[in-house]
Amino acid sequence: MRLTLHQRQIIWAYVFMSAALVFFVVIRWYPTILAFNVSFRDWNVFEGSGPWVGLENYQEIWEDAGKPRSSVTAAFSNTVRYVLFGVPTQLVLALAIALLLAQIRRLSALYRVAYFAPYVTSAVAVAFVWNWLYQPETGLINQALEVVGLPQQPFTKSPSQALPSITAVAVWQNLGFAVIIFLAGIQQIPAHYYEAARIDGANAWQLFWRITLPLLNPIIVYLTVLGTISYLRLFALVQNMSPQGTGGPLKSTTTVVLEVYREGFSSYKMGYAGALTVLLFFLILLITIIQLRFFSRRVEY
Amino acid sequence: MASSADIGDSGALQNIDRFSPAPGKGSRRFGWPLLLAYLLLTIGGVCMVTPFVWMILTSVKPPPELVNFSFFPENPTLQNYSNVLNTSSFERWYLNSIIVATISTVSVVFFDTLVGYTLNKFNFPGKNIIFIGMLGTLMIPTEMLIIPWFTMSVNWSWHIGYAQYWGIAFPGVITAAGIFLMRQFFDGVPNELLDAARIDGMNEFGIWWRIAAPLVKPAIAALAIFNFIGNWNAYLWPLILANSREFYTLPVGLSFFRGESTTHWERIMTAASLASIPLLIIFLVFQRQIIRGIALTGLKG
Repeated sequence: MRLTLHQRQIIWAYVFMSAALVFFVVIRWYPTILAFNVSFRDWNVFEGSGPWVGLENYQEIWEDAGKPRSSVTAAFSNTVRYVLFGVPTQLVLALAIALLLAQIRRLSALYRVAYFAPYVTSAVAVAFVWNWLYQPETGLINQALEVVGLPQQPFTKSPSQALPSITAVAVWQNLGFAVIIFLAGIQQIPAHYYEAARIDGANAWQLFWRITLPLLNPIIVYLTVLGTISYLRLFALVQNMSPQGTGGPLKSTTTVVLEVYREGFSSYKMGYAGALTVLLFFLILLITIIQLRFFSRRVEY
Repeated sequence: MASSADIGDSGALQNIDRFSPAPGKGSRRFGWPLLLAYLLLTIGGVCMVTPFVWMILTSVKPPPELVNFSFFPENPTLQNYSNVLNTSSFERWYLNSIIVATISTVSVVFFDTLVGYTLNKFNFPGKNIIFIGMLGTLMIPTEMLIIPWFTMSVNWSWHIGYAQYWGIAFPGVITAAGIFLMRQFFDGVPNELLDAARIDGMNEFGIWWRIAAPLVKPAIAALAIFNFIGNWNAYLWPLILANSREFYTLPVGLSFFRGESTTHWERIMTAASLASIPLLIIFLVFQRQIIRGIALTGLKG
């Protein structure tokens, strides 16, 4: 039987994609369905099954959330606080740095390397370096504070300072990525927009608010969504910067993913942990949809 | 005229390397604004780099010097390095990280490029469904899949012995983001070229391997580098899967190492240096490609 060119192409296409199709079905979609399934069961990971308990895991999360000093409530409220502190700080700083970098020619590559280096470093190594920087008495930051006559700070040792201290590290680590994306975006803006505006008598402030910022809108949306998702999934920094990796002191730094890890892989409450991951999924989905709705608008010139 | 939607189109590659001063501001060569830009960028750059410098300086200090409050070591020594290497399994963790990152990078480069090419250049029934089915997995946070993945790994004994290498690597051997990215890049490969090869009697695999793929080498390089870095630094999944210290990857080993040397900061900083310096060297060597790739892929995404 002779096949037409088109038929042969179809066969080739499916041969080329066969491994990927198996991968996405077995390693991505099936586990996704299984994840929902796990959350409705009293799951035993070593048996690969467990009795169906309906909404009991969710109920338990709801009841736990109502208890005083609850880990679940702390995890969700902390996670939202990481996003609210981290994302705007990261975006504003990155935009400022990118605008400055766009002004200079010499040493530009050197600055880019300096700002980007933390992004390629393991979060665990980053966490330890900052633990050392934040140390009371011997830490570099507290020594510097003492030199300029300011009181020493407990940073990650204090329930009120720990979360902002870890957020600062996350910003430090992720800043370079946003800087590079902003810089690329700024350099795409055609020069004649600025020239025309200058002829019309616009000052630098107006150029920024009327041209640069509106034209960067798609990039701001992209970085907001991406940044939010990465802060919602914070784990490695928190686990390695809190005492015994438990999200302390007094649960002040714990996150949803850290609770998933602790409930699922320390206490082996897999169904409970699974229900938490499903809630995390819906939280991410909801926030992403809201952000895309409210921040996306097209700018025409 | 040009709209914001233009950002992310094919012009990106050419523009990113052109680090000219921002449009309309080039006339002021040596004015105060430029000096201020350099000053602010330098202050920021010092903040970014100091943690690394402090990490390395601490790692070459003999323990008594840690409480001396001197920035530079008085008697620099490599003793900490030989101590850490002798008392932990760092060599093994390096090997594990290299094996896992290599498995997934080779696989990702091969399959993401092949599938991206297929989705761009072939027409076949079910194409849209397959594309959406692959892209849709990007919405699912991997945290939701760790319990199902762990269940599957236990089922198939991927969590014991040498199978752990595969167990750590399998979730990332094909990536939806990479497929999407490569699909975009194959736009730049003209169909006429592929048809000419078909007329010459080359088979479809040969056309992809010998003609199409070599034309997108810069994109493949970017994909390979990011994937390697991402897998090298991966933490949550290797932490869950690897169940004996001989199979820890570097970040996991590093995390457990802290537990064993709680207050010996010179040892922890040595370990952090050991874990991060190889990647920082890779980054410095490839910084042009990495930063350009980030800008390119970020704008494409």
